Amino acid sequence: MNAHFEYILRIGDDSLILGQRLGEWCGHGPILEEDIAMTNISLDLIGQATSLLNHAGSIEGEGRDGDKLAFLRFERDFKNVILVEQPNGDFGMTMMRQFLFDAFRQPFYEALQKSTDLQLSAIAEKSLKETKYHLKHSSEWVIRLGDGTEESHNRIQESLDLLWRYANELFYMDEVDQLMIEKGIGVDLNAIKLSWDATVNAVFEEATLKIPSNNWKFEGGRKGLHSEHLGYILADMQYMQRAYPNMEW
Amino acid sequence: MVNSTKIWALLEEVSDPEIPVLTVVDLGVIRNVAIEGEHVQITITPTYSGCPAMKLIEDQIIEKLNENGLMDVGVDLVLSPAWTTDWLTESGKNKLREYGIAPPENEVDKSVLFSAPTVVPCPKCKSSNTRMVSLFGSTACKAHYQCNECLEPFDYFKCLR
Repeated sequence: MNAHFEYILRIGDDSLILGQRLGEWCGHGPILEEDIAMTNISLDLIGQATSLLNHAGSIEGEGRDGDKLAFLRFERDFKNVILVEQPNGDFGMTMMRQFLFDAFRQPFYEALQKSTDLQLSAIAEKSLKETKYHLKHSSEWVIRLGDGTEESHNRIQESLDLLWRYANELFYMDEVDQLMIEKGIGVDLNAIKLSWDATVNAVFEEATLKIPSNNWKFEGGRKGLHSEHLGYILADMQYMQRAYPNMEW
Repeated sequence: MVNSTKIWALLEEVSDPEIPVLTVVDLGVIRNVAIEGEHVQITITPTYSGCPAMKLIEDQIIEKLNENGLMDVGVDLVLSPAWTTDWLTESGKNKLREYGIAPPENEVDKSVLFSAPTVVPCPKCKSSNTRMVSLFGSTACKAHYQCNECLEPFDYFKCLR
């Protein structure tokens, strides 16, 4: 296994699958402004995924570019965390999923800017600016809904109760991470966990939300073991290339 | 003889596909022009990662230079240093304002839903009594505002730093 390729693939797949999920809101947002906001964020994430997967392909050196990696891999070859493939649910669920992810991505990209892989560092520098806007957006919605009406509070608390079990996987590390940290390419996720904790705790306090006491935690995405949802996402996303191989437009 | 002044002048004629009032030079996406013999290499940078206009900008640059007899042209894309609205030229900001898009104020928006967002004067009536409707607008680089005085809805080219 090429650890360098694998490492970038994981980051790229997180962006790609969350971007695809957010894109499902296109034309279905609760209000026009949020429809546009979610698709804007989707576009940023898919743009980041394009840069990351193109770079992963060049590191792999087997002639696969970002498009080939996105459209011609099977489920088990995707290495995203399980959180990002979870269904959109209601608007609050989507904002909660986004918030848990953005609160991780901001300190992650800050640290990744120091990568000795200069292209990866450049992608991090570029993406960080976008991620700051995303985190502002998702955190303020979590606060508004949590500290809102009884119904909005209850519904977003239920989203937190459901999604919390997937949050821990954001900090999953294995031999790929260890190798990349040793080479100065990757980020030690233990070092950014405090920052994530601080953001999450501050926002939940203001939002009057409670972190569930149930500590049941999912992982497996980094090894290609996913929830049932990923296959359906890929069926939708990859349809055109599967039905008409190598088509371009 | 190819010289960089001539190439920069030609690039001034290539407009941004999404905001045609701006040239790619105004936008600050041209990072370098290098000439080596007959070969011209232009380096560009995207405004946002997902900006769908980059490929078209690349094609338009090549087309413009080809039309002017420069046949050996390459365009490459760099991400670092990351684009910032500080690279918009002054003339670009004025063109935006005249076009009806408020140019970036010199601060990153602090708020989506709470506290006071950046004060952005209305490009139509100049009033500072405006409100942010949404931090995310018709393209990745814009937010959506409305003027409370003349009621005109308008785009704000948001500050990115």
